[in-house]
Amino acid sequence: MKSKIALAFDNCKRERRAALITYTVAGDNTKKNSLKILNKISEHADILELGFPHNTPIADGGQIQVSSHRALKNGIKLNDVFQIVKKFKKSNPNKPIILMGYFNLIYQKGENNFLRGCKSSGVDGLIIVDLPYPENKKFANKCKKKSINFIQLLSPTTSKDRMKKIIKDSHDMIYYISMLSTTGGKLKVSPKKILHNYNMIKRINPKKNLVIGFGITDKTISMLKSANGLVVGSMLCKTITNSLKMRQNPVTKLDKIVYNLKKKII
Amino acid sequence: MSLKIKKNIPLIDQHDENFMYGGRFGGNFIPETLKKPIDDLTKLFSKLRKDKNFLKERNHYFKAYVGAPTPFIKLENLTEHLGGAQIYAKVVSEANGGAHKIYNATVHCLIAKKAGKKFIVGDTGAGYAGKMLSMAAKKFGLKCKIFMGAKDIKRQRPNVEAIKKNGAEIVPVTTGSQTLVDAVSECMRYWVSNCDTTHMCVGSTVGPNIFIKICAWSTAQISRELIRQVKDEFGKIPKKLKLINCVGGGSSAVGFWNEFMETQAEFIGVEAGGPKNSKLHAAPLTNGSKIGILHGAAQYVIQDKEGQIGSTKSISAGLDYPGISPLHCFLKDTKRAKYTSASDEDALKAYQLVSRLENISPSLEPSHAFAEVIRIAPKLKSSEIIICNSCGDSQKDKDIIKQRLGSYIR
Repeated sequence: MKSKIALAFDNCKRERRAALITYTVAGDNTKKNSLKILNKISEHADILELGFPHNTPIADGGQIQVSSHRALKNGIKLNDVFQIVKKFKKSNPNKPIILMGYFNLIYQKGENNFLRGCKSSGVDGLIIVDLPYPENKKFANKCKKKSINFIQLLSPTTSKDRMKKIIKDSHDMIYYISMLSTTGGKLKVSPKKILHNYNMIKRINPKKNLVIGFGITDKTISMLKSANGLVVGSMLCKTITNSLKMRQNPVTKLDKIVYNLKKKII
Repeated sequence: MSLKIKKNIPLIDQHDENFMYGGRFGGNFIPETLKKPIDDLTKLFSKLRKDKNFLKERNHYFKAYVGAPTPFIKLENLTEHLGGAQIYAKVVSEANGGAHKIYNATVHCLIAKKAGKKFIVGDTGAGYAGKMLSMAAKKFGLKCKIFMGAKDIKRQRPNVEAIKKNGAEIVPVTTGSQTLVDAVSECMRYWVSNCDTTHMCVGSTVGPNIFIKICAWSTAQISRELIRQVKDEFGKIPKKLKLINCVGGGSSAVGFWNEFMETQAEFIGVEAGGPKNSKLHAAPLTNGSKIGILHGAAQYVIQDKEGQIGSTKSISAGLDYPGISPLHCFLKDTKRAKYTSASDEDALKAYQLVSRLENISPSLEPSHAFAEVIRIAPKLKSSEIIICNSCGDSQKDKDIIKQRLGSYIR
């Protein structure tokens, strides 16, 4: 049976467009609001990434750190994250949801326990920032057995040989980090150069769904729309921060922003 | 499962193919972007440490620039005052810059030059790692940035000024607890973004495996000198010998013990117990913390049930860190070393007593080790030998000491 992630990409390919993938942090700015946000933006987004926050992240940029901090301050726990997914899935059973975070939270929960939580709440995939290949092989296999996508990352520093190995062991989606940066950095590489690398990776295995993330905003997204998928995260986190500052409703703000992002790639 | 140290293999090389010590500590829990720079550095270092010319160069700078060997002295007055074991100190604070951090900083600059990098970045807690890196960077013509917690910038002013004087840029870190743990995170995040042009120096035996290796390999100079000095003094390595060292990240302790690994010498590591009666401490080994992942490595770390890293509190900025080197976790579980802790108050008292009686004045970090010396020496026979690593000078803690004790003596 095809995964919901694979089906989402099939659907976008039929419509000849890139998949829009959003990233928000679970519990930002409250548990309730983060669920409302997911419900709202899922009308425009094809795949939803949901961060489970960690207080010592080594690869997050400022915007996501602020969101994570806010969520942790509000007392978000891993079980709450699963609850949010479960509630979301009740009303959106076919919308794929990917949890993203750092390995220590999984390590403390226990790999099997964590995957049980994923399974029972309806998580479709995982991105673990600090569990690179090949150290992630064992865990990735465990995920596969449970029909959960383990999403491998590639970066501009990944050698071609290494890419081949990673792609060979990958599941339904691969994530290409556009540039040397933490999340939310200013796009310091031209979209042309990013697409050049993207196409080089695609040639290794054209069948694999490859998405681009890091530094993507409403300003840059349309220039990259030939990719299979595009991830926008920091811009959304920043929108929540700003709307809280201006005493506006983050849910409606985010709905608008994601709607506009979608418009730019169709 | 009980762990064992293998014989005739350097401590830093006792890891498996995943760079884990004893199958559970260390490793490389890093973002994909850092895989290649870390692989490159790993290859370069394994080549350099076998390269005779590089070793010659290192030895030259250790001698001419760092000032090897640092003195090994008997603390006659303290020995008499406590009335028990014979107490000695390895006065590593006599090294250029005033602490052991100079070894790691010098080696990292030499490596950065070999790698063709023009920029170097590093983290700092007490400010020593930052001060030494800025010093060495200046000497070797590298542009330097130091990441330091905003709280530490306030409490370690003398070192902050030294860093600036050396022409390095200080980047204040205002996230989280604004101490060493956040400085290391921020420095790593910076490296993720700039790893193509910039070399990173991790200030202690923590972080991804290669940084643990380089640091421990560098500070091993301390025990290379000491084992010779001990043999000169006693004719052999004494049967009852205790080597006592403070541990935060653990770089000075690993360097102090390394050459004695296969001798009978007893190792005692002293963690920061924090303020008396406070639950906030920086002693993950003493207080039975669970294994977790911090800054790219598995280690005993202060954390909550979920895996969020806990906050710590210590009078000593250099020991104020929730984790501990995977090497120390390994030494603890193999029972090769014992670990205990000393409170802020004990460290202050130890600083005062040693500074009053002797010609040395330990900073608040080694004062934790001296607190343990003071606690156990009276219970030992006069035939027993204690050596304490006085790995930093109190000068940098002048403000804190004045505030806590009313006056500063040196």
